[in-house]
Amino acid sequence: MPLKPPARRRTATAARAAALALSLALAPSFLFAFPLGAVDAPNDGGSRTALRWSPPPQPPAQWIVFRSEPGKPFAPVDTIAGEATQYTDEPSETHVVRNGVAYRYRLVGFPDATITSDESPPAIPRASWFDTGKKNVFVVITIFMCLVLYYIRQAERGKTWSFRSIAGLNAIEEAIGRSTEMGKGVLYIPGVQDIDDIQTIASMIILGNVARMTAKYETPLNVPTPSPAVYTVADEVVKGAYSDVGRVDAYRSDMVRYITTEQFAYVAAVNGIMLRERPSANLLLGAFFAESLLLAETGHEIGAIQIAGTANVHQLPFFVVACDYTLIGEEYYAASAYLSKDARLLGSLKASDTVKILLVITIVAGCLLLTLGQRGLAEFFATQ
Amino acid sequence: MKREVPLLISIAAGIFVLIGFFVPHPAIRTTYDDIQQWVIIVVAFTYVLGMANLLRINVEQVRRRAKDWPYKAALVAALLITMAVGFSEGTRYLNDGTRFSWIYNTFYSSMSSTMFSLLAFFIASAAFRAFRVRTVEALLLAIAAFILMLGRVPIGNIIHPLLPQAADWLMEIPQNAAKRGILMGAALGVMATGFRIILGIERTYGSESGGG
Amino acid sequence: MSPSLADLRRLDRRWIFLAIGVLVVAPLLTGFHIAPVRPGARAKGFYDAIERVPAGATVLLAGDYDPGTIAENYPMHLAAARQLMSRNIKIIAVELYPGGPPLADRVLRIAGEEFHKRESYDYVNLGFKSGNEVVMSQMGSSIPRTFPADRRGIPVSQIPVMKGVENFSQIALLVSVSAGFPGTKEWVQQVVSRYHVPMIAGVTAVSAPEYYPYLQAGQLQGLLGGMAGAAEYEVLVGHPALATRGMDAQSLAHVFIAFMILLGNIAALPQRSAGKKQGPSA
Repeated sequence: MPLKPPARRRTATAARAAALALSLALAPSFLFAFPLGAVDAPNDGGSRTALRWSPPPQPPAQWIVFRSEPGKPFAPVDTIAGEATQYTDEPSETHVVRNGVAYRYRLVGFPDATITSDESPPAIPRASWFDTGKKNVFVVITIFMCLVLYYIRQAERGKTWSFRSIAGLNAIEEAIGRSTEMGKGVLYIPGVQDIDDIQTIASMIILGNVARMTAKYETPLNVPTPSPAVYTVADEVVKGAYSDVGRVDAYRSDMVRYITTEQFAYVAAVNGIMLRERPSANLLLGAFFAESLLLAETGHEIGAIQIAGTANVHQLPFFVVACDYTLIGEEYYAASAYLSKDARLLGSLKASDTVKILLVITIVAGCLLLTLGQRGLAEFFATQ
Repeated sequence: MKREVPLLISIAAGIFVLIGFFVPHPAIRTTYDDIQQWVIIVVAFTYVLGMANLLRINVEQVRRRAKDWPYKAALVAALLITMAVGFSEGTRYLNDGTRFSWIYNTFYSSMSSTMFSLLAFFIASAAFRAFRVRTVEALLLAIAAFILMLGRVPIGNIIHPLLPQAADWLMEIPQNAAKRGILMGAALGVMATGFRIILGIERTYGSESGGG
Repeated sequence: MSPSLADLRRLDRRWIFLAIGVLVVAPLLTGFHIAPVRPGARAKGFYDAIERVPAGATVLLAGDYDPGTIAENYPMHLAAARQLMSRNIKIIAVELYPGGPPLADRVLRIAGEEFHKRESYDYVNLGFKSGNEVVMSQMGSSIPRTFPADRRGIPVSQIPVMKGVENFSQIALLVSVSAGFPGTKEWVQQVVSRYHVPMIAGVTAVSAPEYYPYLQAGQLQGLLGGMAGAAEYEVLVGHPALATRGMDAQSLAHVFIAFMILLGNIAALPQRSAGKKQGPSA
């Protein structure tokens, strides 16, 4: 993407504006005029207009953008580079662009005011109800949602599908059982991100399943959280899970604790917990960054069985090397469906698989079409 | 109601934000922007909640003289001292020369860098302990690892001028292809998780019986 | 079974820690030099993108990292500030990590003193704001509303370098120095995709491969990966500094880790041979 000089926003001075207005009034016959197009800028909230023009043979050093609205004369609103061929008028601290108002524009050269554009046709900013630049995203989401609803309906009618076994998910219950036999606890690390990260949300969902197992097996559970919001949600999840299996008496309020938001301080604290309390199972499920190997190596050092899962691809190699089982990307997001065995959740998994097949077909078709010189499909999926 | 109300709030918020992504009209966008402001405010308030939890647990352990209680006392003391110093210095607490910035540079900055530096040691010990070539795939991985590790540092150019180019090719072509595949799958997983929450069928995060 | 290989398998990892500690510290203390740093295409793209920005334009410098990744991110942050100031480009600095502002202050002060630039007139540090992508999105509507005052508490309306800067339309280039989240990916998703602002990024080595697709798609014009990328960039800027000195230590560390992989597999050989002689396990 080539770097273009930015349209500078420097308001013309009043004296300069007056001089130009005077020259416009006194010597119109000497002006070099060219057509100026002005339209409502699409895909916005009705606060922008777009100007476009073909540059004259010898453009000036700068253009001063003049604007008028019904009942008001032309007034300068901006100064832009002389080589520009388009301009977007949008609200700033010095002026507004109002929805529904018919604006007209004129460009005047500076310092050579004899080069000026024709007055543009009226451009009326209007708010859009749909951003057409995102239609490709809309299409994919709609297809996906329809498939999810379809397969959930199928599941509710009793249809079943077979999914491949994921060793890491099968090992979670084994790991918890092993902890119970050894009389040690389970350490659940939900990643280092806040609750607004989808990986943390997925981790909370898995935590609910894990907490049900630890409640059933009466295994101590320890959940150090990296943010207060995650602590609040995790605490509710664990409490609810223990209540669901009728073991609310086994729930303790210090099972879930807030450590710190700072990444490496959190790692230091969790490593300390591992070395002191020596859990026999570590579940590292969530968003991890540089601390992944620090946690996994310390967990290996204490002899714990480790199951990791993250969608942060750059941390996967560390987990693969240092942990017993690793859930990669979508396996991690599928965990809640696998662990709960809820038919509707499995239906949504089936929808994901179907969309993946459709994406592969689209990629192959797109490559073939591009090879044949047909750009339509590729351009439809281009990022706007 | 204890279960239905949060579910309805989740569904309504999820659907609204999804619609707001596609609709630039002020009728939707104004509320969409306001919700983003609310998120910033709520995030700021949760820090108060977190600090209360942290103090409650650690002060209780100090009071009971639980195992390693001196470290808990040190944590509570550090928290309170740092907060007091920060509040006493007002909005310029992180400017150069302040006592808070001294605490930041002397303790936090140093310890944070130290923790990150541990990675170098742990990578070396993990490489010795765990990187076993037992299969053809593992052998290919080991070869790629050698090429990359040597090609990404200046010494690689001395060993062979092709090493840096081979490293770049490995990163830009096979690595990128595999990563894109994983990312696409993960993106579908994200969409599926989001839809499950928006449609109200992912209920593990809210308990069946409405909490303890 | 050879006793020496058996001992090797039981090697206390603290010997490995000691070896890597010595190999990293020795070049830094003695200053001996192993090999020159040769800038690659990605670092050149980063450098060239700044070279294309006209003098007097305004650049957003996002320093989204904290002291945990100072070794990788700080040198590239400083080198970027140096190049920008040497070309008389105005800098608006923001940080989305709470630990970021003091580092950005230090970078801007050091580069500012070298190139005789004045705070508020040639650069400003707007400081930290919590909210991650929400902050980026808010800046797209209005930077002054998102950051009403700079880090010193001075209202942005009174800061000359902020005059005329309303949103990303007035930003010639976005330079992201990031350690993870929030960072480069979020800037690409929230800003580049929506407002088409040219962008370059300096990231940690482990996360650099994640951004290659953005580089190939043209959403990033240049990318620095880790200390190696920072060293290449320092050479291009003509001011070899922290990262360049660190590359000798990194070279030795990489060679040692490669050697450890070999050694670990050699040490594992007797176990596999013994297993084969006994036949398949039950």
